[in-house]
Amino acid sequence: MEFSGNEMMVNDQPNVFRNPLDPKNATKGRAEEATTDIALESDGLHLFYGETHALKGIDLEMPARQITALIGPSGCGKSTYLRCFNRMNDMIEGVRVEGKVVVEGMDVHRPDVDLERLRKRVGMVFQKSNPFPMSIRENISYGPRMTGIRGRGRLDELVERSLRQADLWEEVRDRLDNSALDLSGGQQQRLCIARTLANEPDILLLDEPASALDPISTAKIEETLFQLKEAYTIVIVTHNLQQAARIADRTAFFMLGELVEVGDTTTMFTKPAKAITEEYITGRFG
Amino acid sequence: MPDSEAREMSFVGASRGLPSGLPGIWGTALATLIVLLMLAALMWIVAVNAFGWFWPARISEFILENGSVRIGEVVGREPIPSTESGIDAAGHRIQLKTGNRELTRADFLWVDEAEIVEESQPGDLVRVVRTEYGDAFGRIEGAFREDGTEVDTNSPQALEALLETGEEWRRERRRLEEARDDLRRPLTRLEERLDLLERSTRAKSPEGEQEIAELAEAVSAEAERLAPRLDALLHDLDEYSRRLMDSRIVLVSGADEIEVPLANVIEVVWSNKLGFSSRVLHAAREGVLFLFSEPREANTEGGIFPALFGTVLLVLLMSVAVVPLGVVTAVYMAEYARPGLPLRLANQAVNNLAGVPSIVFGMFGLAFFVYQVGGSVDKTFFSDKLPTPTFGTGGVLWASLTLALLTVPVVVVATREGLMAVPTSWRDGSLALGATRWQTLRQIILPAAMPGILTGLILAVSRAAGEVAPLMLTGAVKLAPSLPVDATAPFLHLQRKFMHLGFHIYDISMQSPNVEAAKPMAFATTLVLLLLVILLNLTAIVIRRRLRRAYQGQVV
Repeated sequence: MEFSGNEMMVNDQPNVFRNPLDPKNATKGRAEEATTDIALESDGLHLFYGETHALKGIDLEMPARQITALIGPSGCGKSTYLRCFNRMNDMIEGVRVEGKVVVEGMDVHRPDVDLERLRKRVGMVFQKSNPFPMSIRENISYGPRMTGIRGRGRLDELVERSLRQADLWEEVRDRLDNSALDLSGGQQQRLCIARTLANEPDILLLDEPASALDPISTAKIEETLFQLKEAYTIVIVTHNLQQAARIADRTAFFMLGELVEVGDTTTMFTKPAKAITEEYITGRFG
Repeated sequence: MPDSEAREMSFVGASRGLPSGLPGIWGTALATLIVLLMLAALMWIVAVNAFGWFWPARISEFILENGSVRIGEVVGREPIPSTESGIDAAGHRIQLKTGNRELTRADFLWVDEAEIVEESQPGDLVRVVRTEYGDAFGRIEGAFREDGTEVDTNSPQALEALLETGEEWRRERRRLEEARDDLRRPLTRLEERLDLLERSTRAKSPEGEQEIAELAEAVSAEAERLAPRLDALLHDLDEYSRRLMDSRIVLVSGADEIEVPLANVIEVVWSNKLGFSSRVLHAAREGVLFLFSEPREANTEGGIFPALFGTVLLVLLMSVAVVPLGVVTAVYMAEYARPGLPLRLANQAVNNLAGVPSIVFGMFGLAFFVYQVGGSVDKTFFSDKLPTPTFGTGGVLWASLTLALLTVPVVVVATREGLMAVPTSWRDGSLALGATRWQTLRQIILPAAMPGILTGLILAVSRAAGEVAPLMLTGAVKLAPSLPVDATAPFLHLQRKFMHLGFHIYDISMQSPNVEAAKPMAFATTLVLLLLVILLNLTAIVIRRRLRRAYQGQVV
């Protein structure tokens, strides 16, 4: 993976992030910061899969503690864009990135970036729920254990809190040591959300988290996300326009690797600036 | 609508003969049937021949036209081969196992059916299993105690008592022999050291001579110290040996008479008197004895324990070597190596390695492991024993490493398949949670690939357990003086030569001084090898199923 870009804005802020769950931090200056704090940002971001030009100069800012929805037809690069923020595209052979990707003021392509810490801070939930073949407890505590947190008491506390946050605790509290694979599809996806939350991230990236779920499970996940918005910056890729309209504060419309339009969800869905956005939203293509 | 009618006609109506594919399907079914039948026949032939050996056959007595008497077990019957002119010679002949090798020089005899006047199976005929000369058949006509007094052969109790006494003495003699060896061990060690020193290059130097003198003194001192107890032991031992040689039974078979001292009697079987249940019991005991006793008489008698033990040990050592090597290789090739020409070549090399004839691996093992590595080890660590090689000759370690090399492609291929089959979503999930690649490999990918790894091990074990050719070059022997595992430190003697079931089968069926007598034993050994491979496979399959169960329920 190569990276080349403009001289970046170097932010030497140490890698210390607030814990969003800590009430001291959660309340302090929320009102003023809410609209000004930019959690995620990309600047002239180009991405190539070999010869394919998948992202063509994306400039986008995503405010902290809001839900941003990425919508657009299949293959438009939404998921690829999402994976830039925790550098999951590194895994794919032949990917090349140009431009800047900034997470909480830090350029993620700086050579001294600790990839594991970045991914701990920027959690990701995938389209297909992917619980590991372990017990529910082990699934949740996996991230913390891999980053060196030890001690049964500490881990149990994390497990309970994460499951409560993902609204799964009441359903599984009696069978934490059963296989996670025995859960239903919706429960598995909420388990994956809880597993990500156990890492105490600041940002949650969700790649079509409800696309394989029934309406009831989808509603539960949306409910969960709505609650999490209080403390986390959430970016969600979705094919479901109603879902974007229901939960997102801001919506960005992608097409053919380009960012067509971004704005308040209400504005986007009622008075989009561009005709093509309106065509997509009203279902004339997609 | 004539058009549509015509179309309809084309696929409705009486069929013309057979559906076109049917003979093909029958052909494939037939081929499958033939394969299955061949496999069943294989199992059947081996099992029948093997079990026939354990089953106590009836002993027949034949009186021939010329008045002579033949006693033995009927083994087979065949038409008499015509000697000249293609005219059928008269009738059939019977193959009789008559034993009594020291008289007839063969265990088997042919008897023309035409010559037989009378055939009977009297209850007083016995088979005597002996430590020397194989089985003896006949009638017990006399029995003597160690003091020369005669035992009433008509009284089963008296005979039984004599045989039991003999059994007891034999046990006592074995115990005394062990006690003697234990007592002598420190002395034996000193003598060995002295012997090595005298043959070494240092013997000529003044210090060497000094050392030899000291050692020789130590030897005689030790001998003197042990002498009283050793003498007492040896005296007892002599006494038992004498009693065992003096007390004896006399067998009569026709005109022949055989004296068997109790020292040589393992068991006396009244085969014709046994009922069904005691026959089963007898066969079971024979089977157990076969598995757990040492071979006798150049492998034509006795059991196969050393070979069984050697095979199991060899396979275990091979597994210990092949699993880490194969898995690590597969992990590198599947997880870390960049795709490209070198990786494709490496893959191809591994696949082709699996097809190399095993004797080639044997040659490699001999040239590299035995001579090269073993030679170096000897020079470095065992130079005081040279020119007698320690590791520089075939041994169980080199044989198992050779087998590991032979089977490593199987493990690599199976593990690679297993690794590839791990869902990418687990990999991504783990990495997205901040785990490193190494952690992901250890915690997620390897456990999930475990069934694949075990499949590889199963295939490797199956192949290794049956492999003979490379072992002949790297340390399998006809008769190993001691097991590679024993009670003396360091307990596992990797340099020792070993016996192996596969080689044992070859040896007793082709290299035996008494092929005919050893034939059923070859089948029994084959059966054991077959069962061993099946058992090893089953174990691995059970473990694999347990592991697989942990991964069930994955929603796709």
